[in-house]
Amino acid sequence: MADNIDRSGTPLVEMRDICVSFGGIHAVDHVSVDLYPGEVVGLLGHNGAGKSTLIKVLSGAYQADSGDIYVDGERATIANPRDARKYNIETIYQTLALADNLDASSNLFLGREITTPLGFVNDAAMEAETRKIMGRLNPNFRKFADPVSALSGGQRQSVAIARAVYFNARILIMDEPTAALGPQETKMVAELIQELRKDGIGIFLISHDIHDVMDLCDRVSVMKNGELVGTELVGDVTDDDILGMIILGKKPARAA
Amino acid sequence: MTDTSSSPSPSAGGTGSDARPGATPTKRGLFSQLELDARLLGMVGAFVLVCIAFNVVTGGQFLTPRNIFNLTIQTVSVAIMATGMVFVIVTRHIDLSVGSLLATCSAVMAMTQTLVTPEWLGLGLNHPLTAPITIVVGIAAGLLIGAFHGWLVGYLSIPAFIVTLGGLLVWRNVAWYLTNGQTIGPLDSTFLKLGGIGGTLGETWSWIVGIIAVLATLFALWQARRAKIAHDFPVKPVWAEVLMGVVFTGMILAFVAILNAYQVPSRRLERAFEAQGLTMPEGYTAGYGMPISVLVLIAVAVVMTLIARRTRLGRYIFATGGNPDAAELSGINTRLLTVKVFAIMGVLCALAGMVASARLSFHSNDIGTLDELRVIAAAVIGGTALSGGIGTIYGAILGALIMQSLQSGMAMVGVDAPLQNIVVGAVLVFAVLIDIIYRKRLGAK
Repeated sequence: MADNIDRSGTPLVEMRDICVSFGGIHAVDHVSVDLYPGEVVGLLGHNGAGKSTLIKVLSGAYQADSGDIYVDGERATIANPRDARKYNIETIYQTLALADNLDASSNLFLGREITTPLGFVNDAAMEAETRKIMGRLNPNFRKFADPVSALSGGQRQSVAIARAVYFNARILIMDEPTAALGPQETKMVAELIQELRKDGIGIFLISHDIHDVMDLCDRVSVMKNGELVGTELVGDVTDDDILGMIILGKKPARAA
Repeated sequence: MTDTSSSPSPSAGGTGSDARPGATPTKRGLFSQLELDARLLGMVGAFVLVCIAFNVVTGGQFLTPRNIFNLTIQTVSVAIMATGMVFVIVTRHIDLSVGSLLATCSAVMAMTQTLVTPEWLGLGLNHPLTAPITIVVGIAAGLLIGAFHGWLVGYLSIPAFIVTLGGLLVWRNVAWYLTNGQTIGPLDSTFLKLGGIGGTLGETWSWIVGIIAVLATLFALWQARRAKIAHDFPVKPVWAEVLMGVVFTGMILAFVAILNAYQVPSRRLERAFEAQGLTMPEGYTAGYGMPISVLVLIAVAVVMTLIARRTRLGRYIFATGGNPDAAELSGINTRLLTVKVFAIMGVLCALAGMVASARLSFHSNDIGTLDELRVIAAAVIGGTALSGGIGTIYGAILGALIMQSLQSGMAMVGVDAPLQNIVVGAVLVFAVLIDIIYRKRLGAK
């Protein structure tokens, strides 16, 4: 993949020297990553390597023990998911984080409902907006009145994606977005990622799948045992290099 | 027999061999066109069945205006609390303390109107300000205690079962201390009007209230349809809307007519005329009409339904019940939400305590005993799922009505008291079993 991202300016988001520990275990150990506008950065690593924990610090689900987050070069305080949303950081969680008993539009607008002048929730307006965005993301989506528990895996995924995209995200975190999807739907997600990066959105993509990452990402950061092994341009490394980083924690040998 | 799951009606058989049933319905059932909830229909059906059965067994005694009036005012207290229990259970909590909390609120109100306002504030007995002050104090007590429970559950992470099990013992006996274990009465004359038979609207005002209710219902139906059309959503056929309107109108007006048909005994009317220095005209009659306590319940039901369906608070309550983690990740403050839910429950306990003590015309030590179980049973019979996320306000009220009908019907038939409780307990378990089977059939989890 041709690398045409301008990395001379200020990064969209920068996480510096982040540490998170749970009862003496260093889940994230002095990790720094950054992300530029229009860029897709893959986060790779085994289960328990700390990638989800690192990213949950950015989305406000966890608090870092030390380290700083900078958004547009300014120091950002993210104490909870509401703060993250204020910085236009949106997350698609691996579990999707949908309330199964509510319908698609209630989930899409959860925490950010459209209200009438009297302060009541405006279901009709929210459903109309949901129809609009789903028409773009997943034109086959029809089940607007059913609770999301009645939807298929792909349909649920598209609700979760719609929720992240609808509110003008600038920084998008995708935690295993294709893990539960079939080939058709995976392709849809890939196309969506290309579309979003054109709009200048920065994306963190967490994945197990090296091929996903090689196809979709500009750079890749590999973690092992809570530490950052390294960050490489995808164009500079081979699959084997990345496998070596994931399994052995070994940086690829450079020519010259 | 592989393709029978979708359409049970054999009449749809001739609509072309490739037509997939359910995809583009050519002939839908009556109920699906009306968009009625099958569970609601089931509950209404069960309620009607219970009423008819008791009416037959008692030889027409059960469905008299007098008994329907009594049934209504007996249900109010539990029904008010059951609407709050829906929120508590929907958020995956439980409140075992409502009966005791009712007693404490009732005790606070009893002491306010018999000691604080007449003596400490020097207002004397039956002052017009006594009832408003009493009610405000009672509701404040319920609100504070409920919010305290919510804080223990939400912020200190003590399970609601434990907090309210403790509350069950604590508040029952706080009520005891507040009143020194005595029965407190007589209560303020204005306050007593909130209890039921002592305070009714009379025939004219009952009709006015009934007509306002009809207009509000029709307006709500029209408004909902208009909002759907404005956004190009599919709407029901016009005849279905009209039929719904006619059914609701008929039910409301029939209810008012029945309450109005319950005649005030002529001796009582005579005394009322004598009290004003008049003599009663020959052949004068008057119906009781709508009890004020029922108005309170209707107001509670409307407000709680609005909260559940039309406010962010309601949306968050159901979202948290459906998936607490998702709610938290969506930026909902679930701890504060727990405080709010229990605070609402506390306020409703105070309102229920107001109605219950006014109906008895005194505060007694055992007021509201075992109400927690009736309230939970009403909510659960009304379709509230203990696993959280599912429940309706009207369901809980209907559940309370079904329970009360069973209880008072059996009392009329002369069933022994122990057997009454055995039946009610069995019905509770059976109702939940039916609900589980129904949900499995629907394929919902």
